[in-house]
Amino acid sequence: MLALFKRDILLAVRSGGGFGLALAFFLILVMFVPFGVGPDRAVLARIAPGILWIGALLACLLSLDRVFQLDAEDGTLEALATSPIPLTGLVSAKAAAHWITTGLPLTLASAPLGYLLGLPVEGYIWLIASLGVGTVSLSFIGTFGAAITVGIKRGGLLLSLLVLPLYIPTLILGAQVVTRAVTGQSPVASLALLSGLTLLTLALIPAAAAMALRANLR
Amino acid sequence: MMTVTDLDCLRGQRRVLSGVSFSLDAGDCLILRGPNGAGKTTLLRTLAGLSPAPRGTMSTAPEDLVYTGHLDAVKPQLTVSENLTFWQGIYQNAPQDTLTRFDLDDLSERPAATLSAGQKRRLGLARLHVSGRKIWLLDEPTTALDTAHVARFTEILQTHCDSGGIAIISTHLDIALPQARSLNVADFAALRDAQTESEADPFLQGSY
Repeated sequence: MLALFKRDILLAVRSGGGFGLALAFFLILVMFVPFGVGPDRAVLARIAPGILWIGALLACLLSLDRVFQLDAEDGTLEALATSPIPLTGLVSAKAAAHWITTGLPLTLASAPLGYLLGLPVEGYIWLIASLGVGTVSLSFIGTFGAAITVGIKRGGLLLSLLVLPLYIPTLILGAQVVTRAVTGQSPVASLALLSGLTLLTLALIPAAAAMALRANLR
Repeated sequence: MMTVTDLDCLRGQRRVLSGVSFSLDAGDCLILRGPNGAGKTTLLRTLAGLSPAPRGTMSTAPEDLVYTGHLDAVKPQLTVSENLTFWQGIYQNAPQDTLTRFDLDDLSERPAATLSAGQKRRLGLARLHVSGRKIWLLDEPTTALDTAHVARFTEILQTHCDSGGIAIISTHLDIALPQARSLNVADFAALRDAQTESEADPFLQGSY
């Protein structure tokens, strides 16, 4: 499993696109907001938590169709399915590698982007905390979607349609953590709920995605 | 050592083979014959556990099998030795002479993307050796290999069988193994109009 995790990260770094794409998209999306909404700092600061969360969520979607598709196309997925690694382990390793190569960079990039949008000082720590916890569940839910659509050629759009509704709870709770922090309320309860949601996906997704893969491989 | 009794095989929702039975001892080699579409790949995938078997029994554990399909499971962005190291990590098994056996010594630092089809195939087949498993399920393993490398691969198969391994091979070529037996897959063809029972596939039941 560790071998698979390491290989996925190496592949993401080496093939260029996978690693930088999500980050670049996030950067561009957030920088576009002031052009669209205007430079009023009060307005920008108010919508910053939502924009940053939606941006991170959409950026996360971009690299999802690669999670299993490339391995399925060159036969690696079949070989892995008959290897000593259980499918649930395969899914977890894939999702973890996806988080390291997209979720983590997005979380780290969110702070300077928050500054660009004039996010109040109290928000930064909570922004990083909520994205750090929330993007884990985004990666796992997305991996489930990727497992369902793995047999479909050019399934990227279908994948987005399947996965986006499942992202709603994470988005609501994640953005709420930051909003509450900058408006002087306590964000602890929202962050706890968000963490609970992430733990739930960590527990359920590997089994569900493994079943979907098994059905798609036949 | 490996017994298959009355096995049915599905491709999609359609029953392709029914009542497949054979038994192999350690050191045996079974060549699957049959025209295109007879179900050779389907049988191999069922034996590998990738496709469900609605009926019949197999005496093998999944831990004994290794399967190579039409695709090589080679990552173009990695070098030859990185590809092998990855599979060594997956199988927790690192035999020393894999590169030499499959004549990949000179290619070890080349990115797999620059390999020819035959070289890529050899790298794909090298996974068999890395896996260290007893039963090899091979789907057209000699595709794209030149004559010299077909002979070399036959030697590898011979060594594998001599050390107590089993090989089940789907191929149209003649593989020069003295102990090889043939199985004509077309003999087990399921009736074309045979209805596939829906209870055979609980996962997809009700989804159509």
